[in-house]
Amino acid sequence: MPDGAKTTVKKQEPLWRDEFSISRADERYVSRRQLAKFLTLGSLGMFAGNLWILVKSWMRKAQVYNRSLVAKVGEIPVGGVKLFQYPKPGEQCIMIRTADDSYVAYSQKCTHLSCAVFYSREHDRLECPCHQGYFSVQDGSVLQGPPTRPLPRVVLERSGDALIAIKMEPEV
Amino acid sequence: MALYSGSQQIPQQRRGLTAIDAITALIIILLVVQIWLLSATLDAFLAGHTETALPGAIVSGLLCAGCFAMYEFVRRVDRDARPNR
Repeated sequence: MPDGAKTTVKKQEPLWRDEFSISRADERYVSRRQLAKFLTLGSLGMFAGNLWILVKSWMRKAQVYNRSLVAKVGEIPVGGVKLFQYPKPGEQCIMIRTADDSYVAYSQKCTHLSCAVFYSREHDRLECPCHQGYFSVQDGSVLQGPPTRPLPRVVLERSGDALIAIKMEPEV
Repeated sequence: MALYSGSQQIPQQRRGLTAIDAITALIIILLVVQIWLLSATLDAFLAGHTETALPGAIVSGLLCAGCFAMYEFVRRVDRDARPNR
């Protein structure tokens, strides 16, 4: 076979012969190059994730909240709680009467993995039973545990003897 | 461009491997920064702070471009060190 013909055969070798080389020295190169390729594709994935967040933030519309009656003043005792749904059915929230004339309400969904938080009267804090995340009753901030974000607060308005939920802060 | 050939091929290949290892380490560092950036941006977005999304995407895009540039460098080193493959 002439030399030219040999060269032609070599150029037509399939890709797998390069990717699965029988030479150990070559194989080291191939494995490292493939690792670099995998990492680079991972980097592309991270960028895609950031782009997705950007698009979601551009498409985000200002939420319109309805006014919703939560409870009557004095309906629950001091230290008592009432569960309600706001702003949509299925969005569970918790209202706590912290003093004679003081009420606070938060989303009941833990900001870590969405377990339902409950009010611990003994420790005066909201507790997540799943991973021991604790939140302040005063402002919903994180006191301890894996959550990094505070509980979304339900803004309450007093109208006569009615406590009305008017919006969430921050928007959910 | 093949820098070495024949008897000098093995040192050249070793040097190429070292360069690829160093570049891979840099890619890993950039990737870790990108992972952190994505988690921080997502956390801020879920907390209602949408203003971090654009800078996060720009920086992530730059890091991604850096990774691609370094991967291209790896391919070039591979090509130079193993010209007969």
